[in-house]
Amino acid sequence: MPPDGDHVGAGPAAERGAPAAGAEAEAYVQADRYELHVNGSRMAVEDAWLGESLLFVLRERLGLPGSKNACEQGECGSCSILLDGVVVCSCLVLAVDAIGSAVETVEGLSATAEVADIQAALVDAGGVQCGFCTPGFVVAVHDLLRRSPDAGEMEVREALSGNLCRCTGYGRILEAVRSVQRSRARAAGAGGS
Amino acid sequence: MRAARVALPTTVDEAVEALTATPGAQLLAGGTDFCVEVNFGLRRPPAVVALRRVLELRRHAVTPERVILGAGTTYADMGGGALADALPALAAAARTVGSPQIRNAGTLGGNVATASPAGDTLPLLCAMDARVTLRGPAGERTLPLGDVVTGVKRTAIAPDEVVVAVELDRRPGPQQFLKVGTRNAMVIAIASVAVAVDIEAHRVRAALGSVAPVPVRATAAEEHIADAIDWRAPGLPTAPASAVARFGELAAQAASPITDHRSTEAYRRRAVEVIARRALERCLSRAA
Amino acid sequence: MPAASGAGTTGIAERVAGGRVSDRVGDSATRPDGAQKTRGEFAFSSDLWMDAMLWGKTLRSPHVAARILSIDTEPALAVPGVRAVVTAADVPGRPTFGLEVADQPVFASDTVRYHGEPIAAVAADHPEAARTAAEAIVVRYEPVDPLVDPEVALGAAPIHPDGNVFRHLVIRHGDTSATGDVVVEGDYEVGMQDQAFLGPESGLAVPSEDGGVDLYVATQWLHADRDQIAASLGLPPDRVRLYLAGVGGAFGGREDVSLQIHLCMLAMRTGRPVKMVYARDESFFGHVHRHPARMWYRHHATRDGDLVKVEARIVIDGGAYLSSSNAVISNAACFAAGPYRVPNASIEGYAVRTNNPPCGAMRGFGAVQACYGHEAQMDKLAAALSMDPVELRVRNALERYDRLVTGQLLTGAVPVREVIRAAAAHPLPPPPDPAAPMMALPGGAGATADPVHVRRGVGFAVSMKNVAYSEGFDDFSTARLRLDAGVDGEAVATVTIATAEVGQGFVTLAQQIVHEELGVSRVVLAPANTVDVGSAGSSSASRQTWMSGGALQLACATLRAELVVRAAELWECAAAQCAFDAGAVVHQPTGGRLSTLELLAPAPLETEQEYHHRPTKALDADGQGDAHVSFMFAAHRAVVDVDPELGLVRMVQVATGQDVGRALNPVQVAGQIEGGIAQGVGLAVMEEIVVSGGRVRNPSFTDYLLPTTLDMPDVVATVVEEPEPDAPYGAKGVGEPPTISSGPAVLAAIRAATGLPVTRAPVRPEDLALAWPEVDTA
Repeated sequence: MPPDGDHVGAGPAAERGAPAAGAEAEAYVQADRYELHVNGSRMAVEDAWLGESLLFVLRERLGLPGSKNACEQGECGSCSILLDGVVVCSCLVLAVDAIGSAVETVEGLSATAEVADIQAALVDAGGVQCGFCTPGFVVAVHDLLRRSPDAGEMEVREALSGNLCRCTGYGRILEAVRSVQRSRARAAGAGGS
Repeated sequence: MRAARVALPTTVDEAVEALTATPGAQLLAGGTDFCVEVNFGLRRPPAVVALRRVLELRRHAVTPERVILGAGTTYADMGGGALADALPALAAAARTVGSPQIRNAGTLGGNVATASPAGDTLPLLCAMDARVTLRGPAGERTLPLGDVVTGVKRTAIAPDEVVVAVELDRRPGPQQFLKVGTRNAMVIAIASVAVAVDIEAHRVRAALGSVAPVPVRATAAEEHIADAIDWRAPGLPTAPASAVARFGELAAQAASPITDHRSTEAYRRRAVEVIARRALERCLSRAA
Repeated sequence: MPAASGAGTTGIAERVAGGRVSDRVGDSATRPDGAQKTRGEFAFSSDLWMDAMLWGKTLRSPHVAARILSIDTEPALAVPGVRAVVTAADVPGRPTFGLEVADQPVFASDTVRYHGEPIAAVAADHPEAARTAAEAIVVRYEPVDPLVDPEVALGAAPIHPDGNVFRHLVIRHGDTSATGDVVVEGDYEVGMQDQAFLGPESGLAVPSEDGGVDLYVATQWLHADRDQIAASLGLPPDRVRLYLAGVGGAFGGREDVSLQIHLCMLAMRTGRPVKMVYARDESFFGHVHRHPARMWYRHHATRDGDLVKVEARIVIDGGAYLSSSNAVISNAACFAAGPYRVPNASIEGYAVRTNNPPCGAMRGFGAVQACYGHEAQMDKLAAALSMDPVELRVRNALERYDRLVTGQLLTGAVPVREVIRAAAAHPLPPPPDPAAPMMALPGGAGATADPVHVRRGVGFAVSMKNVAYSEGFDDFSTARLRLDAGVDGEAVATVTIATAEVGQGFVTLAQQIVHEELGVSRVVLAPANTVDVGSAGSSSASRQTWMSGGALQLACATLRAELVVRAAELWECAAAQCAFDAGAVVHQPTGGRLSTLELLAPAPLETEQEYHHRPTKALDADGQGDAHVSFMFAAHRAVVDVDPELGLVRMVQVATGQDVGRALNPVQVAGQIEGGIAQGVGLAVMEEIVVSGGRVRNPSFTDYLLPTTLDMPDVVATVVEEPEPDAPYGAKGVGEPPTISSGPAVLAAIRAATGLPVTRAPVRPEDLALAWPEVDTA
């Protein structure tokens, strides 16, 4: 194991919010019945199959179809969620591997209104056409602006490069992001003075 | 199918124990390869040992002599902070992998264990003579990368072993990673190269990706250029342009690329020549 | 009624919330379903869920071409959880389907003609059981050598009873023996693009008590699907009821039936609701693609640069089944010469059947392929004439009252010069910045280029396309409109129209139209289905604004007239003395007013109207005829940076001028332009279904590459508004033009940057790098 040295660290994910160890963490769990923490609530999963992705469980078992299934191979970002605060593709998370972690979906973020300005901006800028990519973008934009509120154009494009859109060509979506950055900066400035 | 078990260990020893206890159990790290196969019905694990909670795997250490990365280090981890300072070419490679979502989940250990010829971390690890530590029920063993990654998606990792860490010796000097793909982001490498100029040992290390079943060292190119570099030049090591061009040609000769749906053998060879040359050029112009 | 899974989300039975519409035609009205979509509450076809539903899965052929010797479904039925397995033998009615001719089997019975052709379908209580069962079906195949070269197919033994030539057409215009002093010739190729809509093929079929079936599905044309499904189920059309579920994009890929008949068969066989969702890999096999094309062209011109004659031979590979290949080759041939005045033409078009994947409609529909040819030719001609490529195009641009190579007189708006000038007028982007981050150079995140390796090029292309269907097809749309007094003191308009909203924003326009025409602010869109209203036609061919907009406008006009009649009756005056004005009827002699609300108090008003465009004609044996309704024109200028040693391209900017007639919703028009350009440039540099020996080699987003945020260039657009005389509101369609000349402009820019001929789309790195001279490293 890595010994002590000049720098010993752990990745941001490990530091930010690892799955909870503790009373509910067992050495083994049954793949067909377990509990997940989703959008702040405990939700029971029953009669499941080991190979079900978190995306499948959210959509088909937990009544949360907001995350989308455009590719199921991590190439499009339409299934983006926050897992312990980190944006990942839920199609690449085995559902049982989410036990003990905090899962936040677009539905949860919408309920707390923390993405309300992003959502409004997307609609106002014309960044929503068929809408299939939209929930994934809401989550990814939320993650980006939380980490890097003043991200410049290239950083924004890079951060969103994992979210495909086939309808818009991204122009209106990027416009929406700029618009949110401007108004959040104004609000922060106003709050500070 | 329905009665399958999932192990959620929090230590490496627990993970090894779980692997041994359940025959056929498969290791799951970031899921960026594993889950794709499951989603498309290509893999039906009878049982799974999930590594995400083994926090010790996500630690890394940087000393003056070496860098040790836990197998659970993600591409996002590799792309910044002290790791990126110590291994800028690894950070560059990590930055080319997938998308931000993939980079948050995919791990170094996974990249090694999957052993894809296009694995993005592998050229740099190969160039730097990385060593891989595995732990099984009988204990730990450490092997050179080349002994672990043995073929296209084939490794020497035993079914009851866990990749624990990857260790590289630190070499002072510039390093570069270049990757050719048809899109600006999220693309499987058609060809890639990692080059490190060791200004202390007066050596150049170069490894190629996606142009052979496993990452390959361009040894003839390394030897040729080490002789041609003026190591005594004040400031930057330099080399004649013709020698740098020859380095590219020799690197291309070290490749055994194939033609597939992504690209052709001829193009891959040309691409290696070009990016090997350019990688070296950047090292020579940026040496401390 | 199915819901999106779980409580509290919007099921497909919900009406699209009207909110209050204050926008008129011409405003950038906000789409009514946008907020729901941002919250993940909009129900797409893959979000549907119903109690006791089963899951469906299709078994597809691993062979490209084969005889089927036997199919044994018993092992599948033995898998726990499986409720039904269906094959060709179980198709109750017509065993084939198809948009133009029903030449495609619902399930292959004795012959496989393409890689991935459906053989059987399974319904089970879990998708994994369905997949396991599908894999358990034992099929004995005898593979045969596939026919994969369209040129060979022309003369080869037929691989289908209808033969290998879908259509051969010829256009002879003017004096086909004419020649010009300057002649340029070339061969061009366009690869197979995929629509790659993000929402996968999916739907839910529910058997009904009357022995019929209700199908909730994402599609482009509800009634065409219904008719094909009913025929194959052996049911009268009114017992097959289709309801539009949320559509995650279409771009032509949902015009043909994919899973509809399979799903209905499973539902009827099991007596239970059945849901089916294609995963992305299956989706690549599950729908038609854009026709690959090989084109030969020869252009003749005078020394001054006037086009004298265009000769072309275009062969498109339609794959195993017809789909809409006849119409695609017609378009390709009709627009083979481009938006230019061409006095003489000799054009030959072939649509051919092979064992390659079936091809059909994709945005641009034949005009895309032809544009790669004619625009490369125009650049060659300009070079031969030592003339500026833009000037050559302006010189030869079509004008109103010119004739096309089909002889059709252009009577509408023809602002070709205007779109060219508009595109050219946009400032070029600043020159490459030596300090630009590596991510901004060709190669992107792979960091392969330094500024010294990069060359910039600028290219230009112009295109034309028709609006709506052609060659005598009696296209129409139907709108039902109801006006109620409402419950809270405000008149409510309910629009029932079967127009498939696929993302293009027709739902927004519908509200704008009703508000514009009737002054009503509460406009509710009822769910689109085949039960409550007649056909709206397909959401394709850039036609819905014109056709469904026209139907709605007609319905509004009808009710306006009825409101006037009601007012006249109340006032006991002549209707001619009354006029409708801003939500009220005015008695002109006295100025008396009766609001719409007051007039609706006694009873609601309702009408259903059909809108037809003026008749078009078939093409005769020489390809002459008034075959099209109207035409759209667009010009594109592309700026690219190229790293020629590696053959990597980065698109910097695409500027465009597009002829829209009138922008009815400017923000939505901009979205169509930007999204269309993304698809156009995708075909130019990265998108291709790689087929070898008939096998699809890259059925995934890993290897079928769509442009990401790091790939898309900046788009600067000018819309040219010259109202189209026949069109409702003067508006032409806007969806297709951006996809047509944007790619050819990129190719032209790559040629300019590298000096290489570049005759194929998509351009692959090896096409440039291996043709690039060795670099002098001295």
